[in-house]
Amino acid sequence: MSSNQTDIPASAYDMSHIDEADERRTLAIIVDNEPGVLGRVVGLFSARGYNIESLTVAEVDRRRHRSRITVVTNGSPQMLEQIEAQLLRLVPVASVTDMTKSKRGVERELALIKVAGTGDKRVEALRIAEIFRARVIDTTNESFIFELTGASDKIDQFCALMRPLGLNEVSRTGVLSIKRGAEPG
Amino acid sequence: MDTQAHPGADTEARMMTGAEIVITALQEQGVEVMFGYPGGAVLPIYDALYSTPEIRHILVRHEQGAGHAAEGYARSTGKAGVALVTSGPGATNMVTPIADAMMDSIPMVVITGQVPTHLIGTDAFQECDTVGITRCCAKHNYLVMDVKDLARTIHEAFLIATTGRPGPVVIDIPKDVQFATGRYIGKDGVTRRTYQPQTEPHPSLIEEAIAMMRKAKKPVFYTGGGVINSGPEASQALRDLQKATGFPVTSTLMGLGAFPASHEDWLGMLGMHGSYEANQAMHDCDLMICVGARFDDRVTGRIDAFSPNSKKIHIDIDPSSINKVISVELPIIADCGNALTALNTAWKGTRPEKPDLTDWRAQINAWRARKSFAYSGSDTEIKPQYAIERLHALTKDRDTYISTEVGQHQMWAAQHYHFEEPNRWMTSGGLGTMGYGLPAAVGIQAAHPDALVIDIAGEASVQMVLQELSTAVQHKLPIKIFVLNNEWMGMVRQWQELLHEERYSHSYSDSLPDFVKLAEAYGGLGLVCDDPKDLDSKIQEMIDYDGPVVFDCRVTKAENCLPMIPSGAAHNEMILSEITGDEIDETGRGLV
Repeated sequence: MSSNQTDIPASAYDMSHIDEADERRTLAIIVDNEPGVLGRVVGLFSARGYNIESLTVAEVDRRRHRSRITVVTNGSPQMLEQIEAQLLRLVPVASVTDMTKSKRGVERELALIKVAGTGDKRVEALRIAEIFRARVIDTTNESFIFELTGASDKIDQFCALMRPLGLNEVSRTGVLSIKRGAEPG
Repeated sequence: MDTQAHPGADTEARMMTGAEIVITALQEQGVEVMFGYPGGAVLPIYDALYSTPEIRHILVRHEQGAGHAAEGYARSTGKAGVALVTSGPGATNMVTPIADAMMDSIPMVVITGQVPTHLIGTDAFQECDTVGITRCCAKHNYLVMDVKDLARTIHEAFLIATTGRPGPVVIDIPKDVQFATGRYIGKDGVTRRTYQPQTEPHPSLIEEAIAMMRKAKKPVFYTGGGVINSGPEASQALRDLQKATGFPVTSTLMGLGAFPASHEDWLGMLGMHGSYEANQAMHDCDLMICVGARFDDRVTGRIDAFSPNSKKIHIDIDPSSINKVISVELPIIADCGNALTALNTAWKGTRPEKPDLTDWRAQINAWRARKSFAYSGSDTEIKPQYAIERLHALTKDRDTYISTEVGQHQMWAAQHYHFEEPNRWMTSGGLGTMGYGLPAAVGIQAAHPDALVIDIAGEASVQMVLQELSTAVQHKLPIKIFVLNNEWMGMVRQWQELLHEERYSHSYSDSLPDFVKLAEAYGGLGLVCDDPKDLDSKIQEMIDYDGPVVFDCRVTKAENCLPMIPSGAAHNEMILSEITGDEIDETGRGLV
């Protein structure tokens, strides 16, 4: 606001927000489950230049036709405020909750990880999987598929450890989140 | 779908075809006039319209014309404009008006035909993904796959188009749904649970605003299109609040008319081509009260230098407008009219006397003395500003509505045609659509058959949707198209002078039509004038003619539209009298 600030861009056209500290946020977006609703949400992010790091969606209340979209995004505080406000402009959006800001959010992600190898590497892969409490859901003589649930960075670590042991394919759900405590929402 | 109807609302339910449901719903919504163009995928609706003389259908020549006409109708009446077009090209030709209505918050319901449901996705003849294409440029849209959802959807569409921050809503109806039989449901009780715009201001915020207003030494009202959208009561509430406070008022392009231009505290329009006093007041104020405006880049100029020493109150019905471009101290989410009324009541409840603004007034008068809209006159050629001035002088005492195209003529109209009432000024502000004004005039005239409706145009813009002149003739809509003809795309030429060292790349229109013959070819009257001495009598002839007129007003060719805040500059860095070519720095050159 004050005139001596020089780091604000000269125009709305080059408001890049790069200089401002970006924050990472997980948003829970409750929407009416109707055709095209995901397109509206995703289209808004791309049209306005917001980032999507991860996205999950599924119907969570069949009776009321409500779906829950979980988006992990990042941006400056001003941009994050805009993302929430812009999402709420969409007619089928019932609510937007910033799970990160609420401090009560827990986050989990599920990954399926294929590791191919034989001999010592195969044994080592299985040993690390035990440490991470990953389950083996498919096995051949040369490969395992591990199922792993946890925070995203735990999955990242697991993948990093598996890479030299023959990791060749990863499938992840993206982040899910819910608030701690007895109260809903 | 999460729409509910009252349990009792279905008592009048009747069985009818989808097409009849559409027409019945439009009638129940109070639609008297609609604009459209038939085609294969909407024939059943046109068939139902055939036996409904209560709805006046204006047949346009191109779907874009129907959209802008609906916008003009909506902006001049406060009601939703309605357009009906076919699938495929009918729908894609509507995209520009839909985007235009979205940017300027115009309530509009667009009904598009679609190929039958079993052909959707097969690349059928005249198929396009209408909801996909319009998703990002409409407030909301629907593809109605089942006739049982149709009536409810239309009522919900009107609700969404006309409430909250208004906007365009698209309803795509496959042809088999139009033929299918279903139950009609009335509009009463149709709501949408996830759509609840906040219209009442929070009382504590009103109190806070009053406290800030009481303390202000250099206040200014910065009002926008939201005041017009909120209805004539909002404009009255603004006038009442201004009278009680004595604060000066400026407005965006979209807000002109909410506050009378003849008022002594009117500063004129602000922004890129706004008045010196308005922009200086915005820059130097200590309290800015933004009502129904959105800190658009044409208004703010350089944002790091935007009104550096003011506290800001922002009243807007759309929470996403708050802190989008400019951070404000006090946001108030509400309908402008409700907020202004609440401010009026609260202001009167504190102290009755006006604050002493003597010093601020004196400062404003000093700025005003610069006469930033002044121009050098001429006895030999018609200055475009002079043409607008004379047009204003000769039409201001009539029931007059003005629309414009986009460019220099639009800015000159905003500067020199002084509006006293809301809903009298129809222009494409946000999207900046050349070709808007002529079809908009068609829509305005359809809403106000006895009024004088003038499209202030440029010779380049007017040719973009020119064919609607034929619509005006057919439907006996006596619109006047006042073309400021300088043979250039004037604003493009001005920017090339300013930014590109007078390299006038493709901005001169060679081979212009003979506008007089053109008007006659369509069945209207053509007038031409190139002498300032004849201007008044020719304008009078235009006004007196009972039918559409094209007025070819030959004006000075290379006149620049001034004053101007060059892109990338601050409010207090206006070009007042002459362009030298070095006003814009490297950063500014990249902007639009």
